[in-house]
Amino acid sequence: MEKNHLLELHKLIRKHKLYDNLFAIFGLIALFSALFILFVLILDLVNTGYPRISQTFLTNFPSRFPEKAGVLSAGVGSILVMLVTAFIAIPIGVAAGVYLEEYARKNWFTALIEINITNLAGVPSIVFGLMALGVFVYKFGLGSSILTAGLTLSLLILPIIITATREAIRTIPGHIREASMAVGATKWQTVKHHVLPYSMGGILTGIVIALSRAIGETAPLITIGALTFIAFLPHPPFIPEAPYISFQWTMDAFTVLPIQMFNWISRPQKEFHVNAAAAGLILLSLTLAMNAIAIFIRYHFRKRIKW
Amino acid sequence: MVDKRIMLTKELTAKAESKNLSFFYGKTQALKNISLKIAEKNVTALIGPSGCGKTTYLRCFNRMHDLYPGNRYEGEICLSPQNINILDKSIDPLEVRMRIGMVFQKPNPFPKSIYENVAYGLRVRGISRRSVLDEKVEQALRGAAIWDEVKDRLHSLAFNLSGGQLQRICIARALANDPEILLFDEPTSALDPTATARIEELVTELKERVTIIIVTHNMQQAGRVSDYTAFMYLGELVEFDRTEKIFTTPSKKLTEDYITGRFG
Repeated sequence: MEKNHLLELHKLIRKHKLYDNLFAIFGLIALFSALFILFVLILDLVNTGYPRISQTFLTNFPSRFPEKAGVLSAGVGSILVMLVTAFIAIPIGVAAGVYLEEYARKNWFTALIEINITNLAGVPSIVFGLMALGVFVYKFGLGSSILTAGLTLSLLILPIIITATREAIRTIPGHIREASMAVGATKWQTVKHHVLPYSMGGILTGIVIALSRAIGETAPLITIGALTFIAFLPHPPFIPEAPYISFQWTMDAFTVLPIQMFNWISRPQKEFHVNAAAAGLILLSLTLAMNAIAIFIRYHFRKRIKW
Repeated sequence: MVDKRIMLTKELTAKAESKNLSFFYGKTQALKNISLKIAEKNVTALIGPSGCGKTTYLRCFNRMHDLYPGNRYEGEICLSPQNINILDKSIDPLEVRMRIGMVFQKPNPFPKSIYENVAYGLRVRGISRRSVLDEKVEQALRGAAIWDEVKDRLHSLAFNLSGGQLQRICIARALANDPEILLFDEPTSALDPTATARIEELVTELKERVTIIIVTHNMQQAGRVSDYTAFMYLGELVEFDRTEKIFTTPSKKLTEDYITGRFG
């Protein structure tokens, strides 16, 4: 009787372990197939595009001749659009996140706002493009400018920044806030001296991830009327006479790397497809570089703070 | 030195007095009509079983409950010598917290340097002169009996200290603001016996200059450090008297049962 019972138990354990192992194997296969596909894609991109990347490819304007075409205007466009986006989205997103987490009372109204922020993150980007076309381009008369593009992409990534800020702030234990308030600090002093500095790692990581999403966006920018062929650069931000800084460039027409890629890939000539791969490679390395920065920031800040 | 035994029978000099203080977490009443005098430059211990409201009562003194919505006070806490009711709506909780310091259950230093931890209260008050800060920080650290241990590493992160040292840093942080009353919320519950003994010693030294209220789970601790003891049960004040009296001849049966370990 006793022995039988033990045998039953062993059988049961063997069965459970079998399922355990089966799942581990399944997970491993899933992981590797995903990685493998990604690896093949990147390899293909590198194979096709890498030989095309040269100094002139980076410094030439687009051209009718594939071998003369370059990504100068698209690269500069991408960088400028990112600048405007970051300038608008970071302060608004972080401030909104701090407000929701530290100041707002928890009631049905803030719950509604929270749900809608999550919903916004799921809205297809082209819908943002359509809205921007109606509001920024026509209503505000900003035209198909770098400013419009920055505003549109800001809206697109605001939910990501807000959510990342809130998540980062939430990891700070309540007793730190109490310690600060207990010596007579106001809420703002507590936020400024403690909450923001201690959650900076998480917030910056979120910002970089949001920006690397924005840099790859195409659809909303096409919707607001970004050009595909630009053979000039925007106005310079610095001018020789006072006040030495000019914002004329924000109103200039622009194109960005993914749109340039899209344009090249839709041409019939094979050589343009190579150009597209090369531009894709540049875009990919920009994104990877930004992610590397995010990882570095996270590591750097986490190392110093433990609760 | 005034004989404490004479003071026992006479009226104590109150630094603060709670009058019919009730407190509500939303609809739940956590404190019921507590009237208690806190003796100036003495240690008052609050004892009682878990959930009796002693921490809730303590946190009324620096309006900590104002940080969370839905909390409500009734009654008064009058602070001498101005005799103002610090629970009154017209009194800013910031003013109360600047006058009444607090040390928490778990050491809660900021992830900053030791120096910045202690100087924080002063910085909040807008003091930024290096010489003033240096002097005040040293005074506070000496007051918290930790100066000798940390004077060579004032600018390194506070985290690398032991629990007992951290708690003394937190005491120094409160002391730097010259508080009139210092609130201790079970300050030794996360510490080992040696560190506990040092904190208790410190509390005894500190009462020369500041009024102290200490919440403790540990009755021996209350017996060792306090001059007055209040025994609370289910949100009510059961008995308040000189500590010797409470621990030798309590007048209530409930108090006797608790201190002899029959419940709680």
